Amino acid sequence: MTRFHLAVALDGAGWHPAAWRDPSARPHDLFTAAYWTGLVTEAQRGLLDFVTIDDALSLQQATHFIPDDRVDQVRGRLDALLIAARVAPHTANLGIVPTVTTADTEPFHTSKNIATLDYVSTGRAGVQFRVGGFRDATHFGRRPALEISRENLRSPEIEQAVAERFDEAADYIEVVRRLWDSWEDGAEIRDAATGRFIDRDRLHRIDFQGAHFSVRGPSITPRPPQGQPLVTVLGHSEIPYTLAQRQADVVFVTPADASYIAVEGPKVFADLVVFLGSDKARLDELDGEQFLSDARIVTEGLADKIEELQQLGYDGVRLRPGVLPVDLIAIVDELVPELQRRGLFRTSYEASTLRGHLGLDRPASRYQGASR
Amino acid sequence: MTRKQIILGHYLGGVNHSTVWSDPAAGSQIDFASFVHAAQAAERGKFDFFFLAEGLALRERDGQIFDQDVIGRPDAITVLTALAAVTEHLGLVATVNATFNEPYELARQLATLDHLSGGRAGWNIVTSSDAFTGGNFRRGGFLKREDRYVRAEEFLAVARQLWDSWNPDDIVADQASGTFLRRPDAGAFDFAGKQFTVNGRFTTPRSPQGQPVILQAGISSEGREFAAGGGPDAIFSPYHTLAEAQAFYRDIQQRAAPYGRAPKILPGASFVLGDTLAEAEERHREISRAQITGRGAQILLETVWNRDLSGFDPDGPLPDVDPTPDAPLFIQGRARIHPDPFATVAEWRAIAEANKYSLRDLAIHVFSRTEFIGTPTQVADRLDAFVQNDGSDGFIIGSHLTPTGIDEFVDKVVPLLQERGSLRTDYEGSTLRDNLGLTVS
Repeated sequence: MTRFHLAVALDGAGWHPAAWRDPSARPHDLFTAAYWTGLVTEAQRGLLDFVTIDDALSLQQATHFIPDDRVDQVRGRLDALLIAARVAPHTANLGIVPTVTTADTEPFHTSKNIATLDYVSTGRAGVQFRVGGFRDATHFGRRPALEISRENLRSPEIEQAVAERFDEAADYIEVVRRLWDSWEDGAEIRDAATGRFIDRDRLHRIDFQGAHFSVRGPSITPRPPQGQPLVTVLGHSEIPYTLAQRQADVVFVTPADASYIAVEGPKVFADLVVFLGSDKARLDELDGEQFLSDARIVTEGLADKIEELQQLGYDGVRLRPGVLPVDLIAIVDELVPELQRRGLFRTSYEASTLRGHLGLDRPASRYQGASR
Repeated sequence: MTRKQIILGHYLGGVNHSTVWSDPAAGSQIDFASFVHAAQAAERGKFDFFFLAEGLALRERDGQIFDQDVIGRPDAITVLTALAAVTEHLGLVATVNATFNEPYELARQLATLDHLSGGRAGWNIVTSSDAFTGGNFRRGGFLKREDRYVRAEEFLAVARQLWDSWNPDDIVADQASGTFLRRPDAGAFDFAGKQFTVNGRFTTPRSPQGQPVILQAGISSEGREFAAGGGPDAIFSPYHTLAEAQAFYRDIQQRAAPYGRAPKILPGASFVLGDTLAEAEERHREISRAQITGRGAQILLETVWNRDLSGFDPDGPLPDVDPTPDAPLFIQGRARIHPDPFATVAEWRAIAEANKYSLRDLAIHVFSRTEFIGTPTQVADRLDAFVQNDGSDGFIIGSHLTPTGIDEFVDKVVPLLQERGSLRTDYEGSTLRDNLGLTVS
């Protein structure tokens, strides 16, 4: 039978804005290596396929699109890709998938950084691409900030601007992927007889020219252990689904009801916020308002819901723990054994790479056999 | 007079001609295990820090990628952050270009490295104006040469404003009162300059060192002024003869004194050991000929001649043709370190004539300089004397062999420096600033 996949999304003290006030939370440790190492060690114990680590190039805010000056919620982040690098040596099988923003960063850097994460984790790296580039544009000063609000969200200008950002993101991921392929496997020959370290016919310029930018290549980093580290995106609507279809290996979607969201190409994971060891009602009370999420919120009967999702055709679920680490511990100690009992989840790791966990082959370079 | 403590960094080069790949002992330049080995060896030797360089485009000769040298390296900050998991005291210094990065992104990466290593982050700031490298970046190679230091200085000013945008006590995280942040504007910043006009809020709370340690290379007059004034905590020096090094040391300290600064001066250095001086010299001869093959020698000289020299016998005399500096760049992606090729060629011809050097001998003489050759005692004596006489405050030690080249230095030279009282026998503090004796900024 097809195995179902289980991922956990890590962010700060958990996904509920009052998570840090839960008695089990460790709000003073959020910016320490020990905190993150503890979380991934726990995830590895639960045999999870991977963890994602959330990130953004702007401070957290209570409401989408609207910066605020609240002091009663977690504010502050570390760079997710570097958290991933820091915790990778402490785990052996777990896939590690940091978020990277595309809008004002360089695809050349991102490609080599994720490739490097793949090297330090020996084949367990992925990336969740986030588009960004709206209000946070002032942090870079390279393009005008796009002021999105609830009111103008559906206006033609904003819709067009958003579509352009996503189009640019598709180009960006294309560049990242071509750069991973720009060194063919076996390009390093160390041939003493001819004095050649490298067979340069197996190194390729990518010569990407798009509407928004161009990049020459090749990468400075050899092809990463997985060939192509796992590419993931989050989507709630047509525009991100199109991006996922073009570029992603995994897409996280929000099923509003008992239906399957078809996105052609990538594996489809349902995105759920879960409260297993924590009490959502009490957290809502602490925060002063009811917690809403772009993902589906589940407070009971999680194993049944997951089985239902599996039967609908989803490839996996990504669980966002309401409170860390307590809900992660409950996932590992309660949910995983229950899913194993139902024959839905692995009882030991069978692969050592992230692509391997997901049953994805290691692809050959797209440039294999092409001469420069 | 108190004895100066020698600062030691280990530079794992791993790529380019100085790294010998034909040696059977040469390991991978890219596998994480190599970086772990070298960093842990440096920590065993009580080094202050581990250092990685950067190169953002593969070098080309006449439009074709170099195939004779080791190439293929990881991202420095990412590898160093992973190394924080397998080391405890060692500083972690990344070389990162100010031209092809943005302050907001890089400042948070460095602050993150500092958080996740418990205060061991360092940044070697370099600049570039090279359009060839720019081809790999969406923003392109846009910078005019004369704007390099303007951008570097502004970049550093923005980064420092970002690092200072959070106070050490901004995170209260008091569960009872529900106060996470002490003030609503933690992280606020605003900068308007020639290169950067940026504002908003920085994501990353203040890191253990406050600011990572800043290193810089640069011997031009603007570089020296930048170094002395607003700039770094430590400076690379290219000088290896004591008299030149002392003059540079004095010059920097004189320029820095009015600012109340005293940056550490650290030349790069390589070594070859032997049981006797003769044995060390013989080993050095072998290593330098492995580093610079006949073909490699032609290519190194082409960086100055800027024309094809493949027709000249490496074991024969220097090419009898003139350099063509105005032709399109023959070698791409390598910093041009000889501003006046005619003068350089004249100088090299004189050296070759005086020493009866072949083309390859000359390339070895110029490009494979090994400063410390001898028995462990001789090398320790000379390193120590150089520092005690204010030629520098220490060294950044590299090796021709990845990743194990540093081992014999750690095993044989380090104990001698410790016996002399010039090198710590254990780490006293936990941050890179502690290691270097710098205050937390």
